[in-house]
Amino acid sequence: MAKEAQQQVSYTVEELVAVNPYNPDILADLENYVNEQVSSQKYSLDANLCLLRLYQCEPERMSPPIVARILIKALMAMPAQDFSLCLFLIPEQVQSEEQFKTLIVLSHYLETARFRLFWDEVAKNCSLLESVPGFQQAIEAYAVHVLSLTYQKVPRAVLAEAINKEGLALDQFLEYHVANSGWAIEKSQGRSQLIVLPPNEFNHPELKKNASDSVSYEHVTRIFPVLS
Amino acid sequence: MAAYDADSSAGGDLAYDPNFVPDSVKTFVVHLYRQIRDKNVYEIHQMYEGSFNRLTDRMFRESPWPTAEAVAPYVDGDHVFCLLYREMWFRHVYARLTPTPKQRVESWDNYCSLFGVVLHGVVNMQLPNQWLWDMVDEFVYQFQSYCQYRAKLKNKTEEELQLLRNFDQAWNVYGVLNYLQALVEKSNIIQILEREKEGLEQFTVDNGYDYQGGSNVLKMLGYYSMIGLLRVHCLLGDYRTGLKYMAPIDLSQQGVYTNVIGSHISTIYHYGFANLMLRRYGDAIREFNKMLLYILKYKQYHQKSPQYDQILKKNEQMYALLAVCLSLCPQQKLVDENVSTQLKEKYNDKMTKMQRYDDEASTVYDELFSYGCPKFITPSAPVLDEPLTNYNQEAYRLQLKMFLFEVKQQQLLAGIRSFLKIYSTITVTKLAQFMDVDEATLRTILMTYKHKMHSTDNDGKIVSNADIDFYVDDDTVHVVEAKPTKRFGDYFLRQILKFEEMISELEKVQLD
Repeated sequence: MAKEAQQQVSYTVEELVAVNPYNPDILADLENYVNEQVSSQKYSLDANLCLLRLYQCEPERMSPPIVARILIKALMAMPAQDFSLCLFLIPEQVQSEEQFKTLIVLSHYLETARFRLFWDEVAKNCSLLESVPGFQQAIEAYAVHVLSLTYQKVPRAVLAEAINKEGLALDQFLEYHVANSGWAIEKSQGRSQLIVLPPNEFNHPELKKNASDSVSYEHVTRIFPVLS
Repeated sequence: MAAYDADSSAGGDLAYDPNFVPDSVKTFVVHLYRQIRDKNVYEIHQMYEGSFNRLTDRMFRESPWPTAEAVAPYVDGDHVFCLLYREMWFRHVYARLTPTPKQRVESWDNYCSLFGVVLHGVVNMQLPNQWLWDMVDEFVYQFQSYCQYRAKLKNKTEEELQLLRNFDQAWNVYGVLNYLQALVEKSNIIQILEREKEGLEQFTVDNGYDYQGGSNVLKMLGYYSMIGLLRVHCLLGDYRTGLKYMAPIDLSQQGVYTNVIGSHISTIYHYGFANLMLRRYGDAIREFNKMLLYILKYKQYHQKSPQYDQILKKNEQMYALLAVCLSLCPQQKLVDENVSTQLKEKYNDKMTKMQRYDDEASTVYDELFSYGCPKFITPSAPVLDEPLTNYNQEAYRLQLKMFLFEVKQQQLLAGIRSFLKIYSTITVTKLAQFMDVDEATLRTILMTYKHKMHSTDNDGKIVSNADIDFYVDDDTVHVVEAKPTKRFGDYFLRQILKFEEMISELEKVQLD
């Protein structure tokens, strides 16, 4: 019964954001929705941007814990640029508060692929980040994404640093992806393992579809009168 | 409505009598009123663009036009005509004089009444699209101007502060956004554009006009409000939502938005800027290029137009932004030759500096961004207790800071690019040596390049913006030269249509 009511609320919130976003009365609903996103591992950038805009218009009503949660969820959405989209709407004085400074530093490390520094900083701020379930996995997914853009074959040590796993945990991680994501493991000249990532258009240029030469359906319809 | 102060700062000319209506003005309003009633759009346009500006130049360079109350008797006291006239009245004051605080508030009231009437669906006029665009454009402009005005509290008189207190609802951000959104919704414009794709509507073909005796006003105000919403969201720093409002319009095609040059430029400028902030440099470059090429070709036809100065200003701003985009994301093939020549003339030195990515580069990025960016606003109401400060620059400073932070993050990439241009393969160790960093750092730089040069589009797909790409195999970097893409499909389509046009022209020729 409670779950149904919850589903009803989020359906209504998304509708509100689409239909009536410039309305300070929905502020409380949007704040509840942020907490719901955190607890049920959902995510809605549009709803969160809507809330940040309302905070922009009424700074006295801004709630720092909610903003922190929005930013953490945005970090988890990387490589999408959601984090900076949110920052564009947060005034400078707010950004200079301690917890936000930390989050900005974390984002900076992720944006510049400094994974070692990132995970070190995360370790120093467990309390802030543990409150958002799924954080670890989301960042691991981002790390794997960046590696897949860059490498055809990546040394084990580089992968280990990126996803902050070693030894047994790393082996389990590799096993999982070999079984499910098309990864393979090679030996590299007697040294450690090389992980072969699945080919995509970014690490295998020959796979790049010459998409720019395909013509959209709408444009082709322009010559239908001529063809008939 | 409140009486206008005869000796207000907007008056300037002490001989101004708000109630005196010269004969030429009498003739003007009588004619305009009749043309509107008879729905002669062409005549209305001539009077709106031509006569109004000629009369302004001749008689109202430094004073306002006669008030709406004064001209009302000559137009049967028509309520809607007076609202339209008043809108032009205030626009003239903003353009040629300086509006008083009271006039700013009164203009807001006038827009509320005017949009209220339109939203009720009782308007059955046909007005030129130029006029309808100007209305929306001016509405957003006056909102922006008011936000700037009320954020400068330091030197305000007690009288001005009292006015701000009493009229705290004037130009409030919710009101502005809600009106724009209401116009979009009530006009059904999104559905109209959808149905047009299936051939069920003639909207673009008719340029938004209604040839069945109806009105184009609500439809076109709705259409232009989408662009208005893009603009307001850019001013607030919410680029993603701004772009979402433009989704119903296909910017890769000509459309109603290209038929009025002001709307064309405003659309592309804000669309390009939003994409720049979203790191979609490829899209920004493409759109700025198209627009700048268009202006290059056609600006001579607008020399006499009252918008000419604005056109030139936006042109310069877009060159600055294009220079910024190309420095962050070099893409030779996306820029037309003529535009490229102009760009080099204006910004060759600066672009070289920006691509060096040192401290001096940061200064140049700052300069060009500040010149090219919109006038950002702080939407919240001012706090009117002591101490009074000026905070009108805060919004701009935040956006600038975020932009420069992004530039700094990309600073490492300049070195990489120059080496990738020279080598087809190179080991990580060697490249690290050349760049004077350790191997681990080099690997992070390579990954940063990949991350920054690939943006996420609205559907979450990854799109590459890179002109030079690479992949890493264990410890060797393999460089990939981006193949020049020849767009055969598009080329053939264009030629087919052109050829067909030629054939039908030839068929019309009758030989004696």
